Amino acid sequence: MEALLKEIVGKYNYWLYIVLMMIGLYAMIAKNNLIKKLVGMNIFQTAIILFYISIGYKKGGTLPIIIMPHHHHEIPPEAIDVSKYINPLPHVLMLTAIVVSVATFGVALAIALKIYKEYNTLEEDEIRMRIRER
Amino acid sequence: MKKLALIVAILCGAILIFATSEFPEWGDPKAPANLHVSPHYIKYSVKETGVPNIVTSVLADYRGFDTMFETTVIFCAGLSCFLLLRIFNEQTEEQGVYYRHMPTGIVIHFKRDDVDIRDKDFELIDSKLVPYDLIIKTVGRVMIPFIQIFGLYVIAHGDFSPGGGFQGGVILAASIILLAITFNLKTAISKINEKTLGVLSALGVFIYAGIGCLCLLLKGHFLDYGKLAKILPVGPIKARALGMLGVEIGVGIAVMAVMIIIYINIASEGKHHEGL
Repeated sequence: MEALLKEIVGKYNYWLYIVLMMIGLYAMIAKNNLIKKLVGMNIFQTAIILFYISIGYKKGGTLPIIIMPHHHHEIPPEAIDVSKYINPLPHVLMLTAIVVSVATFGVALAIALKIYKEYNTLEEDEIRMRIRER
Repeated sequence: MKKLALIVAILCGAILIFATSEFPEWGDPKAPANLHVSPHYIKYSVKETGVPNIVTSVLADYRGFDTMFETTVIFCAGLSCFLLLRIFNEQTEEQGVYYRHMPTGIVIHFKRDDVDIRDKDFELIDSKLVPYDLIIKTVGRVMIPFIQIFGLYVIAHGDFSPGGGFQGGVILAASIILLAITFNLKTAISKINEKTLGVLSALGVFIYAGIGCLCLLLKGHFLDYGKLAKILPVGPIKARALGMLGVEIGVGIAVMAVMIIIYINIASEGKHHEGL
């Protein structure tokens, strides 16, 4: 029982991200409306971003900005305790990923707008029907 | 189809949850992800680059190539939005412009397009008849300058506090988008027109790549900011911090311009006439 509890406390955040990710995947596959599909894609991306950020976390760590001693501009590397600062690398990767996801979402919306202008609908089956009619 | 999707999602989720049994515990300082390169970044960031914010130093220096191409990706996204949606020779169904006479609230419709009233009693409005709202406009007018100053602060202070080019650029873009929402799209475009936006988005990428090439000309590697010390009146480590600041400014300009381009084109379906 204790081992199970430890497992749950140690891993529950990953499980939440997986649930979120699967909600996104389900929306991308099952939803008929293109905008809903895009929202599903965004949920998927958010899940991955949260996952990366939680990988970088260290218990008791603060944000990755070195706290300088007073009135000094330098700090010797030996004086820095690595376990006090959380891992900066996932933050860097996700920082760029967030902006790129916004940009790709913009392009996706632009394409959806074009499709709407062409077929007057965003429902996938209706678009397929209209393509077949031509 | 929906049942199939549900089965796929549940199966994928089950496999992934099974895989987490091999994961290190959440917040474990000895997790493999925290042992490989990040200790070097944390320990030597200040000594090697002079920047206390490790995220900025990794973003702009250790992983400078990555960030440069991310900026290029964003530039390409803005470009493709522009190319997909922009309509130049528009045949407007709803011709003419609408002005609201402020003291009385009467809306006047001019059938000609070239009417331009520069009177503070008259206000240009969209044809979809946005109701006049004093509170929203006043709040927008008060907030926008402060949002812009905050954006500039976030860009300029990215070396020492949370922030940097991406975040500051998005905040600056948000201020212009707020202008477009609270007033109308034409007001926003008259403040920062389309040509300027196009030039700015390219200029941001150019500043980034230009600083990289400058390092090449100074006999260093591409994006080796330490070599900038030859032309800057500072030591090589301070030069790295300044090089990063320059790169962040480039990123901020590019991100701001691209976000506004995407917003303007999507909101007005490429006509740049009326927005949301």
